[in-house]
Amino acid sequence: MSHEAKAAAERVARDCYGRLVARLAWQWRDLAAAEDALSDAFAAALRHWPEQGVPNAPEAWLATAAQRRLLHHARHIRLTLDPRVIALLDETEPEAPEPQAVPDARLQLMFVCAHPAIFANVHAPLMLQAVLGLDAKVIASAFLVSPTAMAQRLVRGKANIRDAGLRFETPEAHELPARLAAVLDAIYAAYTLGRGVVDSPAEDLREEALFLAKLTAQLLPSQAEAWGLLALLLHAEARRSAQFDSEGRFVPLHMQNPKEWREELISEAEEALWTAAGLRQPGPFQIEAAIQSAHAQRRATGQTPWRAIAQLYGVLVQHHPSLGARVGEAVARAEAGDPQFAVGLLDALPADATTYAPYWVARAHVLKMADADGQRAALLKAIGLTSDPRVRDFLVAQLG
Amino acid sequence: MQFMIVFKETDAEVARKDDPTAAPAYWGAWGAYMNAMQDSGIMVSGNALQPPRTATHIRVEGGKRQVQDGPFADTYEHLGGYVIVKADSLDEALEWASRAPCASAGSVEVRPVLPPPTAA
Repeated sequence: MSHEAKAAAERVARDCYGRLVARLAWQWRDLAAAEDALSDAFAAALRHWPEQGVPNAPEAWLATAAQRRLLHHARHIRLTLDPRVIALLDETEPEAPEPQAVPDARLQLMFVCAHPAIFANVHAPLMLQAVLGLDAKVIASAFLVSPTAMAQRLVRGKANIRDAGLRFETPEAHELPARLAAVLDAIYAAYTLGRGVVDSPAEDLREEALFLAKLTAQLLPSQAEAWGLLALLLHAEARRSAQFDSEGRFVPLHMQNPKEWREELISEAEEALWTAAGLRQPGPFQIEAAIQSAHAQRRATGQTPWRAIAQLYGVLVQHHPSLGARVGEAVARAEAGDPQFAVGLLDALPADATTYAPYWVARAHVLKMADADGQRAALLKAIGLTSDPRVRDFLVAQLG
Repeated sequence: MQFMIVFKETDAEVARKDDPTAAPAYWGAWGAYMNAMQDSGIMVSGNALQPPRTATHIRVEGGKRQVQDGPFADTYEHLGGYVIVKADSLDEALEWASRAPCASAGSVEVRPVLPPPTAA
């Protein structure tokens, strides 16, 4: 029974945590207080449900419990003159958002967490905590930040939301793409932290990010980039287990056996990419997904279409010249038959590339293809800069 | 801000230093890491240490001096070395610490250096 109650609480937590926090935060204009109240409500559920049975409407039960808690707190700090609180004391339904303006409270919450008034490096952590209820310690480990510092950043972010009076409303149509981009960037950041890391908190983060990507695409089906991000993550997911052999050794993409890629995830990714393409709003995540889609063709044809991939990277770099995209472009150009040109592309990268491990991995690879000197030095740099022990072992083995 | 990054290694990791099959990979990884730190300009100073068995411990207890060879028997992780880095933030120091080969075979401690007290 207690086990059943616990499982029910966990299921409800997964399904409706973000919805509940969003609703309470919207009503009370205070994200931190909403989270505290909800966590008390979950604790109460774990105490009461084993004895009294799981209620028919667990989400409503939790909402009421949290609401009561917030009310109690508000009384306690003598905020009873606040009209919102008086309204609640009268037991009238508090003002509720217009249904058409609020497709889903969790989405609202994501938009608030990725608001331009909040530092960009707090967007993803805040979202993971507010929408999914992840522990600050887990988030800190994944983002490689001290737990105290992460907790402070989260608190500051929530205070920002409160002080700036950020409203839980959908951005206007004209500001939607920019705001959505911040949300998608945060989801992507969470996923990449989790990718390839086994037995760490970041591993859970990957699944949570995938969940958020699916949710965003479902809630905003007319936004092509939301589908683009989903397609990108699904492609990465499809190849994840092929990244390591049975002994846990790292296997780079070109050495992976495409038979080990997960067909059903590739199909799902392709479907998402088709949906995106049909909307005719090109964007960086769609291009990146298209690049991964091209890589996936090797499963059917046995060949990697490097020329097409190089072209896609060219477009990506033109519009969104991130370091990763520029390194990817160089590798694709080399593989497509022009390693000399690729070396030139890498030489032209800004100085911050020099502490970016993938840059040195790519450099070693491209120099080898161009039959040029410096391959070993580049490999050593990559070894010194990587933090993934399995990638490090792989690179050390390349030294010969 | 200066930070000390302290490298701690497990017994198994310490043993790799002298194991002919494992030593090249061990030293290759550490050499590359230290060079990368040096090249980045973040490193102020640092040293690797001789293995723990070369240690000598001294302690004065109840006015009596005790000297002991090697590490304490129950120590699971050993001090392997340290570096002092000059970083803009703890985040940056942590990023470098996470790249240490012993991060996955031991642990790495990062601590701010206490600036010397200034005469008032």
